[in-house]
Parts: sequence; structure tokens; C-alpha cells
Amino acid sequence: MSRYSRHIVLAEVGQEGQNKLSQAKVLVIGAGGLGCPILQYLAAAGVGTIGIVDFDVVEVSNLQRQILFGTSSLGINKALAAKTRLEDLNPTININAYPEKLTVNNALELFKNYDIIVDGTDNFPTRYLINDTAIMTNKPIVYGAIYKFEGQVSVFNYQNGPSYRCLFPIPPQKGSVANCSEIGVLGVLPGIIGTMQANEVIKIILGFDGVLSGKLLCYNAKTNQTTQLKITKSISEFENALHRKDDYNEISCETQVPEISVEDALQKDHIQFIDIREYDEQPKLDLPNCIHIPLNELDKTLNKVNLKNTNILFCQNGIRSKTAVEILQRHNITNCYSLKGGAVAILEHLKIDVQ
Amino acid sequence: MNLNIKYFGLLVEVTQCSEETIVFSKASVSELLNMLFEKYPNLKNKDFQVALNNEIVSKNTLITENELALLPPFSGG
Repeated sequence: MSRYSRHIVLAEVGQEGQNKLSQAKVLVIGAGGLGCPILQYLAAAGVGTIGIVDFDVVEVSNLQRQILFGTSSLGINKALAAKTRLEDLNPTININAYPEKLTVNNALELFKNYDIIVDGTDNFPTRYLINDTAIMTNKPIVYGAIYKFEGQVSVFNYQNGPSYRCLFPIPPQKGSVANCSEIGVLGVLPGIIGTMQANEVIKIILGFDGVLSGKLLCYNAKTNQTTQLKITKSISEFENALHRKDDYNEISCETQVPEISVEDALQKDHIQFIDIREYDEQPKLDLPNCIHIPLNELDKTLNKVNLKNTNILFCQNGIRSKTAVEILQRHNITNCYSLKGGAVAILEHLKIDVQ
Repeated sequence: MNLNIKYFGLLVEVTQCSEETIVFSKASVSELLNMLFEKYPNLKNKDFQVALNNEIVSKNTLITENELALLPPFSGG
């Protein structure tokens, strides 16, 4: 029996369909929670050329959901580790690993060599870059995204259908989505959503009807509810895709701003902690000299910041608070620091103190 | 009229419910949103799209159906 006999026996696939799969070229961006099941099923199905883009390395906290990797892959680049695993799964296909970040500089060149682009990334700037590059190169995108127990799936830019920007025209405001803090995800969820994405890729290759274009499928793992929302194509959003390059900028997490550890902060005189997380973020911290101003209100609430104090700004992990310090600096409030490690570090410190 | 509203993703954490029915007599999506912003002040800071009877619509659409959904973008992967 051949490797693909269970495909070939299906009247809707047959040898002809299997040949289409082996001639197809699919580029998967991100070999994480979504990318792993996508890659696994595409390789098993015999998709002839698969590209994998990922700059990150495998960490132990990935193994709860990133099913291509084992403890032997720890510390190895994800694109390379995935290639090794997939070559064992199916040595008859070509796998190209790109152990790099998708950027404006390499996206066009990478997309040119593939027929279908699969979005398995974990951040908004890359999602907008994928959308816009796919429009420029006229490639369909199979999109998936997750949040805690919920997932979204759709196919964009397919046979004149709508794009990601027709659904969400511009990236969310900085700070309005808690994307820098670890929010957690049910491990099986990206398995479900990624497998749905692999299904759409295979349907596109085989030329099936019923591709999820013009519709966003929303899935809730807790309730098993699925909802399909219709998306209307907006021509102006296709035009925007060609000149909105600012949308690919990283949230300003990595610029040089003054940082301070919890221990050093407590040595300073007249310190004022400012919690810049959203009101609903946990854990709440009950500090005596602490005020709460969410990041996206900071601009309008500068009067609450006492210039005589040493202001210590913190978020969950110490990333968004850097953006907050930048905002204060722009308003000439210079006696301020971003707290290293954020609320998590404060909690750790309090625990040690109690002991 | 009675309007059934579904909330997705992190909006559920703001409203503390995934679904609710409200009595609503005003006309457009943006008027409804203003009413919801009064009820849930933190909703104002969130990015989301509105779907009316399972179709994504613009904020100036008139509410003629009674199924509404508020959908934020997800970034996770």
C-alpha cells in the first residue's frame, strides 16, 4: 500500500488530488502552537514543498502545546527542529527551514516562492506584514489566532475575497491588548485551530468548494460553540495594505529606557509606584504608595503623576512599563523608571520578605 | 426591542459575561456602543468589531436585527 492510499481511495481526492498536494508549495509562518499541528498534517498529507519561518528556539514551556518538539529539541531553533521531525514523518517531501524573523526585508522574497501562506504567528505587527505582503504578491492566507480558550480561523485574499484588514483595519492601540504579558492558553486549543487551518490549506490545494473565505470562524473550547461571521471586502483596505508600513513596527518594548530592580527601587526616597496594567489584570497588588493608571490613559492623566516623587512604573512583566516611561519622558517627566520583572517581581520580593 | 449581545475574547473579562440581553430602543451601532460604554467604562479602551446578525458591520449601521456580537482581534499563536 502506498503512503497516501487513504487519500487516493477518496473519490474527491484520488491520484489526481494527491498529485496536486505533491506539487503544492506552502509557507508556514511561525512553528509554535498553531504552526506545529499545521506542519504535521501538511507534511503527512504529502504537501510537496513546505517552508517554515521561525526565529525562536524551543523552550520547555512550549512543550505543553507545540507537539512537534520533545525535550531533545530544547534550545534548538524551531524551524530547524520542526524540519528534523517532519523529515522523519515524511522523507519524500521538500522542507525549507528559515530560522529568521519575518521582516519587510525578507517577506516579499520568501512569499514569491510559495502558493499559499499560513499565518501561525503570535503578534499583530507580523500579522499585518503577512496580510500586506500577501496582497502585494497575490497569495491566499490561511489565518488562525487564539486567546485563552477561543480561536479564530479564516482564509484571506482568496479568489477576490476579503483580507485581514477588511476585518480589522488597523492594529490595536498599544497597551489595549495585554500582549506582552503571559496570559496563558489551553494547550489543546492551538491544536484544534491549527488543524482547522491545515484543513483549509488542503481544501484550497484540492480546489474544494466551501473554503472559509469571507467568513471568520470563531470557536470556543469551553462551550464548543462555533460562530461564523461574514466579512465584507473593502477595496480601500487593499489599497491601505500597500502603504501602511508603520503597522509592522514592534511595540516599543526594546528601546533604551531607565530600568530598576525591586530591591534598588525600595532604596530610593519618595518612591511612587504606578501600576500601568489594565484594571482587570491579575494579580492585584495592594501597595501603600501605589496609584493605578492604565497605559492607554497615561497620556491624559499626567496630572496624577507627582513630579517630586521617584516614579516606578510597572506592568505584568516589565515590558509595557517601558512604553509608559517613554510617554512620561516625552512630557519631560524624567524622574521615572520601568520596574524590571513587573508585578511578578514585586510579588516574588514580598514572598521573600514574609519568609 | 430585546437585543442579544455576545462578547468574545478579552471583552468577556470586561463585561463579566459572555452573553446578555438588553432592552434597546435607539437606532445605530454607535449609539448602542455609547450605552455599553456607560455600563462598562473599560470597554472604551478595547479594540473590537461589531457583527449584526453574524455579519461584520460599520459603526453607523442601523440596528434592525436582534443578534449582536462584539469581536476583538486575537494575536496569540
